[in-house]
Formats: sequence, C-alpha cells, structure tokens
Amino acid sequence: MNAYLSLENLSISFDTDKGVINVLDDISLRINKGEFISLIGHSGCGKSTVLNIVAGLLGASKGGVLLENREVNEPGPDRAVVFQNHSLLPWLTVYENVRLAVDQVFRKTRSKKERHDWTVQNLERVHMQHAMSRRPDEISGGMKQRVGIARALAMEPKVLLMDEPFGALDSLTRTHMQDSLMEIQAELNNTVIMITHDVDEAVLLSDRIVMMSNGPAATVGEILDIELDRPRNRLALADDPAYNHYRAEVLRFLHERHQQPQAAKSQMAAGENSSEEEPALKIAAG
Amino acid sequence: MNTHIFNPNNTFNAFWIERFQSFLQGEKFSRVVSNISRNLLIPITALAIFLGIWSAVAAQIETSLGALPGPVKVWGQTVQLYQEHRASRDKESAFYERQEKRNAERVKHDPGYEPRIRPYTGAPTFFDQIITSLLTVATGFLLAAIIAIPIGIICGMSTILYQALNPLIQIFKPVSPLAWLPLVTIVVSAVYISDDPLFDKAFITSAITVTLCCLWPTIINTTVGVSSVDKDLLNVSRVLRLDWFTRTLKIILPSATPMIFTGLRLSLGIGWMVLIAAEMLAQNPGLGKFVWDEFQNGSSESLARIMVAVLVIGLIGFLLDRGMLLLQKYFSWDRNAVVR
Repeated sequence: MNAYLSLENLSISFDTDKGVINVLDDISLRINKGEFISLIGHSGCGKSTVLNIVAGLLGASKGGVLLENREVNEPGPDRAVVFQNHSLLPWLTVYENVRLAVDQVFRKTRSKKERHDWTVQNLERVHMQHAMSRRPDEISGGMKQRVGIARALAMEPKVLLMDEPFGALDSLTRTHMQDSLMEIQAELNNTVIMITHDVDEAVLLSDRIVMMSNGPAATVGEILDIELDRPRNRLALADDPAYNHYRAEVLRFLHERHQQPQAAKSQMAAGENSSEEEPALKIAAG
Repeated sequence: MNTHIFNPNNTFNAFWIERFQSFLQGEKFSRVVSNISRNLLIPITALAIFLGIWSAVAAQIETSLGALPGPVKVWGQTVQLYQEHRASRDKESAFYERQEKRNAERVKHDPGYEPRIRPYTGAPTFFDQIITSLLTVATGFLLAAIIAIPIGIICGMSTILYQALNPLIQIFKPVSPLAWLPLVTIVVSAVYISDDPLFDKAFITSAITVTLCCLWPTIINTTVGVSSVDKDLLNVSRVLRLDWFTRTLKIILPSATPMIFTGLRLSLGIGWMVLIAAEMLAQNPGLGKFVWDEFQNGSSESLARIMVAVLVIGLIGFLLDRGMLLLQKYFSWDRNAVVR
C-alpha cells in the first residue's frame, strides 16, 4: 500500500445513445517514485483515458488514484500533462507560456526574479532559450513540444504525464526528442507515465512497459520490466539481444494476442476514443 | 559641358546604365509592371467604365428636377459644398471677432460689465453634418459594444444562459431600425427629461437606435468565440488550476478576440447603415438629415447634392470598415487566418 502513485481498480464507463460502454475495466497499477512507465496498446483502447483519470481531468466510475496516499479527484500542477498537440497558448510567446505556469504554481512561494530565472532555466533545459520571444506558430512542431515539456517540468510535478508527446513528429525529430527526454530524466529522475504506440520508444525510455488489452473494457494485459542499464544509447542497443528481446515481447503482445481487427469488430471501442484517430502502430525500427 | 558623365566608356556610368537596362528587361521590372496593372490599372479602368455608364444613363433620365446629374455635376456640387463650408466658417469667426471687439469696447467704458459671448447659430454645413453623424454612430456603437461583449461572454460560458437568451436574440436581430425608431423616440421623450440636457434628444434617439441594431452581431460572434475555445487549452487551465477570473482573462478572452472583432466589424457596418435611416426620420442633425432636407428642398441642385452625400456615406462606411479590419488584424493572434 505504500507505492508512490497507485491506480486502484480503475473502471470507467460512458453513457451513450447506444447504451453504456465500458471503456476501462479494473485497471490496477503501482508506480514507484522516479519510475518511467510507458502505456502501450492499440488505438482506441483507452490509454488516454487512463492518463486523463490520473491527471484528474476525468473521474473514474469505479476505483481511484492515490498519489502519496492521497486521493486524486481534480486536476492540478502536481500532475503536469504534456499534451499530444502541445496545447501552447498561441497568443503568448514561448517565454510567456512557461511563465504563466510558473506564476500560477509559485506565485506565493517565489519572488518575481526567481520565477523569471526558473522560467529561463526550464527553457534552457529543453534547449529553447534562443526562441523565448517567438510565438508558437513561428516555431516547428518539435520545438513546440519542447516548450510543452518545459512548461510541464517548470511546475515541478510529482508525476509527469505525457500523452503521446512525440506522436505528431517526424521520426528524426522524434529520436532527438527521445534523447533529450532521457537526458532530462537522468538529471531530474521524475515519475513519468507516457503513452505511446512506438515500440522502440517504449523500450528505449521505460523502466516498465504496461501493455493494455483491447477495448471495450480494456485492462492491463501484461507488464514488462525493462532491465537495461542507463544511460541508454540507441545505436549501441540496436544490436543488443536483451533490447531486441524486449521489443519482440511487446510486438508479440500487440500482434499475436491482441490483434486490432478484434477491437474493430467490437463496435470500434469507446465513444470518446473513436474520434482520436491515432496513426497506425509504428513497428519499423527508428 | 561636362560630357564625360554621359560617356558610356566611363565604367561607373556603364555599370548603372547596364543595371537600368537589365532592370527594364528583367523579371523584376515585369513583376512591378504586372503589380501596378493588377492593383491600380484594373480598378481605375473599372471606375472609368462606371463613370462613363453613369453619365450616359443619367443624361437619359428626366426627372421633375431636371436631368439626373452626371459625375461632372456631382463633382461641381462637392466643390460647392466645400466652399459653402468655408464661407460659413469665415462668417462664424467674423461673428466672434465682432463680439469680442464690442465687448472689449464696452468693458473699457464700463468696468463693471461682464462680457457675454453669444454662440453662433448658423445652419450646419455638410461637413458639420458628417461630424455629427460620426459622433452619433460612435456613441451608438460604443454603447452596443459595452453591452454586447459581456453578454456574449456570459452566453458563451453558460449553456443555460445561452439557451435562455438565444430566442430573444434571434427575434430582435432582424428588426429594422425604422421599426425601433418610433418606440425609441417616445421612450426617450418620456424618460430623458432634463432642464439642461447634455445631449440633444434627437441625438440620443438616433444613437440608441444604432445601438439596438448593432448589438446582435457582436453578441452572436462573441458567444461563438467564447464557446469554441480549444478544449485542450481549457484542460491546460484546469491542470494549472487557474481561477475563474484568470481563466477568463488569460485563456478565454484572448482566444475569442478574433471572433469578437469580427462581430464588432459587422456591427459597425450595420450601425452606419442604420444611422442614416434613423437620422432621416428622427430629424437628428447628420448626413441623413442633410439628404432629407435636400429631398424636401427640391431645387435643381438637390439631386447632385444628395448624390454627393451618397458617395460620402459610402466612402465613410468603407473607411470605417478598413479601420476595423486593421484593428481586427492587429488583435488576431492567428497569423494563418486570412482576414479580409
């Protein structure tokens, strides 16, 4: 009972015109402090729903989330979210976007000067200090996502929640972002839950991979411990038998035991997830 | 003579001559020419054709006040109206000068006398009417904006209020200014009673009629702008636990600003159209009254003067719209949106 973050028997169902649809069924997960968890599963299986419940943006129908033995029932900066589409405010500059979060979280505890320094420091951490006065529509997709990460890190969250943070980026940018994220993680050792459907990304970054079964009524299918030494190097790992073994395990789960057509047949999963339109699963090596 | 300047063997000159020739032949030059022709030549040609058709058709139409005036006559009246305006101003300053002189004279003889300045009471000129109209429309429009933007924000944030107010908005939106005017006139006469009125009653009637007609586009567009804020941005504000006030100020309002300005621009366009009609009926000094007076006057020049007013009304409407467009562009954070 003394896990840092625990998901206890989470279930959620939505009332739709076609009747009640169970999206998640009895998901339990214990996460230790500083652990990097990836959630992987087919499109529409409810990964984002899990993340939104942990964030407090959605309420579970049954069960609950405990962070440091306190129940989570509303969103807050202690569970910062990096959204898939960056969600920066388009009318603010890069600096102002991060500063808004810093001001909101540390208004009472830090001076103006400290808040400014902290904002700049977080932008430096993601290598975006050169674009502080630019607006989101003036920078590339990868840069926007860097700022989104800086904003989340600046909140000093207890848990960092990432909803397919690199899903919309091209593969080269994605590898850069993954390397940056590993650097940051080595330095800060955050507790992270990341959603992905990139198998290589999951194996490279995670301490554990949580594989979800297909919806409706998706649940935790299998959990894979990734025991690779850090710091990890993608080139060195490409020929590493252990790394390839983990990859194969994830692929086997996704493709043999839980094939996509089964989900498609069973009424295209849950209501809110059918609009998600996730790209097809990426299998090819980076 | 200093001929060597034009000597093509001079390397400096040769360089510039070559540059100039290549400029004449080059792509850049042809692009400049095509830009000029597209941006100037085409509209000017169209304008010339319009003026030609106008003068040809106008000459054919015989009215009780003589032939319909063509462009030349209308231009003549424009000049005439300006001269009348100058003459009236001269008269006015002469009037005040005389008074001052007379007062000074009298104070010299009778130190106890307190000089009084009587105001000039000449008839307002065409340009005075323009100023009055602009003031009236500005008053009505600002009043409408002050009422409409908060209502729109509230409607956009609360579905219940939106459902409550939407039928009213939809019913009042298509009401013509001419239908509002009698009601407004009578209500203003009943309510606005003052011994020393700050504003003319007719001015208030026209301004309120403008307000009533240009509330609706701003309300509707603000509502849409506020209710269609990106859901992800609202999630950001929830994660940050922004309070209601900060969320409205930092997320909802900036996000809705482009739509609010779209509404304001539509409102101002409607307000300017409504104003002329309202002024005609309310007998409020302004361009509408100018048109009405000339219509009643029925002199041989009246038609040309009304046409001047029509063109000026159109021109001012266009300038107001351009002004709002500039504001709209300035306040729009969405640089990719094509605003026209």
